[in-house]
Amino acid sequence: MATYQNIFTQVQLRGHPEAGIDLPAGSEPRIGKGSFNHLMGIIGHAQIGPVYLGWTGVFALIFGFFAIEIIGLNMLASVNWDPIQFVRMLPWLSLEPPGPEYGFTPFVPLAKGGWWIMAGFFLTTSIILWWIRTYTRARALGMGTHVAWAFASAIWLYLVLGFIRPFFMGSWAESVPFGIFPHLDWTAAFSIRYGNLFYNPFHAFSIAFLYGSTLLFAMHGATILAVGRYGGEREIEQITDRGTASERAALFWRWTMGFNATMESIHRWAWWFAVLTTLTGGIGILLTGTVVDNWYLWAQQHGYAPMYPDTGVIDPATLGSAGQ
Amino acid sequence: MRRTIAIAALASAALTLTGCELSPKQSVQYGHRGTGMDQVTLKKVAMAKDDVPAPPYDSPSTEGPRAGAAYQNVQVLGDVSEEQFTYTMAAITAWVAPEQGCNYCHNPENMASDEKYTKVAARKMLQMTRNINSNWTKHVATTGVTCWTCHRGNAIPANYWALPEAGKNGIIGNLHGQNQPLPASAYSSLPNASLALYLTGDPKTDRSIRVVSDTLHPTKANELSVKETEPQYALMNHISTSLGVNCTFCHNAQAFKPWNISTPKRATAWYGLRMVRDINGKYISGLKDVFPAHRKGPMGDPFKVSCATCHQGKNKPMGGYKMAKDYPALWGQPMAQPVSGPAAAPAAPAAPAAPMAAAVTTATH
Repeated sequence: MATYQNIFTQVQLRGHPEAGIDLPAGSEPRIGKGSFNHLMGIIGHAQIGPVYLGWTGVFALIFGFFAIEIIGLNMLASVNWDPIQFVRMLPWLSLEPPGPEYGFTPFVPLAKGGWWIMAGFFLTTSIILWWIRTYTRARALGMGTHVAWAFASAIWLYLVLGFIRPFFMGSWAESVPFGIFPHLDWTAAFSIRYGNLFYNPFHAFSIAFLYGSTLLFAMHGATILAVGRYGGEREIEQITDRGTASERAALFWRWTMGFNATMESIHRWAWWFAVLTTLTGGIGILLTGTVVDNWYLWAQQHGYAPMYPDTGVIDPATLGSAGQ
Repeated sequence: MRRTIAIAALASAALTLTGCELSPKQSVQYGHRGTGMDQVTLKKVAMAKDDVPAPPYDSPSTEGPRAGAAYQNVQVLGDVSEEQFTYTMAAITAWVAPEQGCNYCHNPENMASDEKYTKVAARKMLQMTRNINSNWTKHVATTGVTCWTCHRGNAIPANYWALPEAGKNGIIGNLHGQNQPLPASAYSSLPNASLALYLTGDPKTDRSIRVVSDTLHPTKANELSVKETEPQYALMNHISTSLGVNCTFCHNAQAFKPWNISTPKRATAWYGLRMVRDINGKYISGLKDVFPAHRKGPMGDPFKVSCATCHQGKNKPMGGYKMAKDYPALWGQPMAQPVSGPAAAPAAPAAPAAPMAAAVTTATH
């Protein structure tokens, strides 16, 4: 029985590290020859490397390092360079965007949000270079570019929050601070200011796709593990040459819900659910404050917000003198 | 296997002990079903700090000669009977300066003298108390307030605030007035001096508390940024923490703005916020030159009141106990009484009792 307990990888191969296919002309050399790590082999593949960093990877790491340094050193400075306070207060610390008095100008004094703009610029550069890397590496391997486009969907939401929407609103003060609790408090304040983000339909779509993603991930992961004893984890083989693992998995879902994905289509479902989470989320954020200023009123107009019984409470500001 | 079970049992026991409040609770629903509008309270709460002190003795007659005629320099309580006056003084001593006694405010050689700043401050506070009890019934109803409501036996109430120091320049040691786990911001990373933005009582500087738009689409009427919304959220957290209640005590979380789905408590809170502004603007700020430096904040302004000053974690201070009914002297006219008596003591050095408007102006924000 223990043979099929697939919490950890049961078999680790050792030999000459797999070098992979020859790289196309113009590629840079890969770093290292590859080695093996037993612990990594327990949860994944035991072979580490060789790595293809390339110039995009190198610059992505450099710019990413700058961004993290700017954020971290600003936080450390805010507690007087005290490492103990830095650790103790870390969840509260932040690097704040410029205030509303600066509008959307890129020229803000460093201590008043200029560092935030700079950190955002470096982080964005790093992320976009990393995106190029995912695209070119996929092309170099003769793969499709699905990973790059899924990543692009997440970058879209990130850019809407920190750049595109602040650009349309004409204010950096709309954007998100770098910080653990601060970005959560920003989220709550954002929903309060714009009349309850719950009534933003694209926010609703995003949540549906997010929860749907976890559901699909759980269903798919569970199905493949459950047919692991028949070689079900060799999904690519099962797609082209459907074996008993694939048959049983399909039969299981037809028996339980009358319908099943195929070994190939389940991945398309999962990809779209994941991609649409941030795609719709970004649309919802972008519409907030630019097109719709009060989502509760929008939802009322569209028959989308439930009407609760009137409590008869009247705005006291309309009733004259406060104390009488 | 046995060791795994033992570790799991230990871990769950630890979680149970740290994460759970085990004492019996009571849940009261006060909003429409499905809106999460209910209040969970502990059935038994340590009430020590809410213990209301008994009156010093049985409330005496309100008849007989007036205090203003019997004593010199009685500017606020001159309209009460002499016996009531003495009784009220005894109560105030127990509420505010139980250890220091009468001499905390009075010069024992000349009780009428205003030489101690504490006496001048106490006079202003009596005017304030009468103003609250007569003009702010939409917040305090018939319960009223006494000195004890805030002071609880301390010369300075436990919960107060003052204007924050000007923000630092540069980034070193500069938390930008937020990102600190402080009670003033309910331990969030929100701005921790939000009270100073909304509740000073100065209509020129107090911001509007309303942040949500009246219109579906953006208009020039509301261009408030998310960053400027954060202090308002901090203020709401202050109210919530001060009263020991959740947002839904006043609001239907479907939409915080509309009044017609809010609970009546929200209107009470609205008057409370205006009352706090009235207290800070008309009574506390006027004592700026009376208080010595160690009774003032870093910007040299006197310690101000917030919701927490009275409420101290209860949605009704002291569980709603109507202690003020035992002290008729606290219910009179807030205006200063004409000083009677042949030889008035020297007037208050720096804080002439400004005539108080009986009606309170309405700020619509």
